[in-house]
Amino acid sequence: MLSTRALGLGPALRQAALKPRLSQAPALRSLVAKRTIQTQSLPPSSSQEILNAQRLKRPSSPHFTIYQFQLTWLGSIANRMTGAALSVLLYGYAIAYLVAPTTFDSAHVIELVAGLPDAVKIAGKTILAAPFAFHSLNGLRHLSWDMGKFLSLKGAYQSGYAVLGATAIGTVALVLL
Amino acid sequence: MQSFVVRSTVLRPNLLRSSFRTFASSSARNQAVPTEKPVLNKEFKIYRWNPDEPAAKPTLQTYTVDLNQCGPMVLDALIKIKNEMDPTLTFRRSCREGICGSCAMNINGQNTLACLCRIERDTSKDSKIYPLPHMYIVKDLVPDLTLFYKQYKSIEPYLKNDNPPVDSEHLQSPEDRRKLDGYWWNQDEYLGPATLMAAYRWMADSRDTYSAQRKEKLQNEMSLYRCHTIFNCARTCPKGLNPAAAIAKIKLELAAD
Repeated sequence: MLSTRALGLGPALRQAALKPRLSQAPALRSLVAKRTIQTQSLPPSSSQEILNAQRLKRPSSPHFTIYQFQLTWLGSIANRMTGAALSVLLYGYAIAYLVAPTTFDSAHVIELVAGLPDAVKIAGKTILAAPFAFHSLNGLRHLSWDMGKFLSLKGAYQSGYAVLGATAIGTVALVLL
Repeated sequence: MQSFVVRSTVLRPNLLRSSFRTFASSSARNQAVPTEKPVLNKEFKIYRWNPDEPAAKPTLQTYTVDLNQCGPMVLDALIKIKNEMDPTLTFRRSCREGICGSCAMNINGQNTLACLCRIERDTSKDSKIYPLPHMYIVKDLVPDLTLFYKQYKSIEPYLKNDNPPVDSEHLQSPEDRRKLDGYWWNQDEYLGPATLMAAYRWMADSRDTYSAQRKEKLQNEMSLYRCHTIFNCARTCPKGLNPAAAIAKIKLELAAD
């Protein structure tokens, strides 16, 4: 078949076919039912404004509340919490001693603890010993990472369980002191 | 025409043989009615937020999917929901085989790719699907990645070398080449595991001569040191990469500088 393209007739034919329909278009449109959705025409330059308006209202997706419990991040958050708690204790006691040296000296502290029942003594020692043991041992784990050791996922898990085990042993040993 | 005739004569013996085999093996076994798979409904709870109603709080919407009428991966379920239940559900997807990374999202508390994450067959538990955590949400499961791409661009992730070899390509020893194999907070300042791993990839490249400048750029409080060596990145990486190790090596190199 001879193609219209080969003869260069394509555009001319297309125009001829479309022309009468185009001239009828306004009349046709008034007959057809109006579109139910009205669109608003905007210049291309307003796209940035629209985007910026949307960006201001975007919510931040949930994070801490949706994560599955995993040794990796639980160990990390425990490390930070025990670190903060131990720091508060150290600085708190040091400042208290500075402010009132006679109330917070060793003799008074020993006297106070000696008067407590055994159960409270053991509980108090555990509450102090567990964070101390965990934070010290996990600190060694972090130092080994900083030296380039145990950097595989397997290494992270093995060292994590080792720290947990050693923390349990260390806590018991410190409480028995 | 010529070729068609030749081909059909060659094929005829084969056709005959296969038709004979069909008759010979048409046993009752082949005519058995296929067993209907039982309905295995599982609930999917999916994060929804629509930018056209920005005042409405994001919600979890529940969809029930028959797992026996659905492909094995979470992405199959999402596509089924979009096709058959709710075309307004919005998510990114492209290759469906763990190459492109488009369908990265948080599934049951783990950041992963929906196309590589199998649906748990246990129907007593629902499956929760959130967008990637701590990101600005464009719509539903689609996070705004503008800052990520900005940061990725900032580390200049391409070879920079002022003295290219004159008449050959860049040569590299197999040992040097091997070094190149292989969610988060403060997303405007901390570079994050993906970008930092790419940064290390170029620092470790023996052909690149801009290692000092690359290190200099990371020498601040936020870009690199917001990594606290948690290993969440290595734990969750759907491609089995280890960004935590790469970041630790950058820290070691910066400390040894």
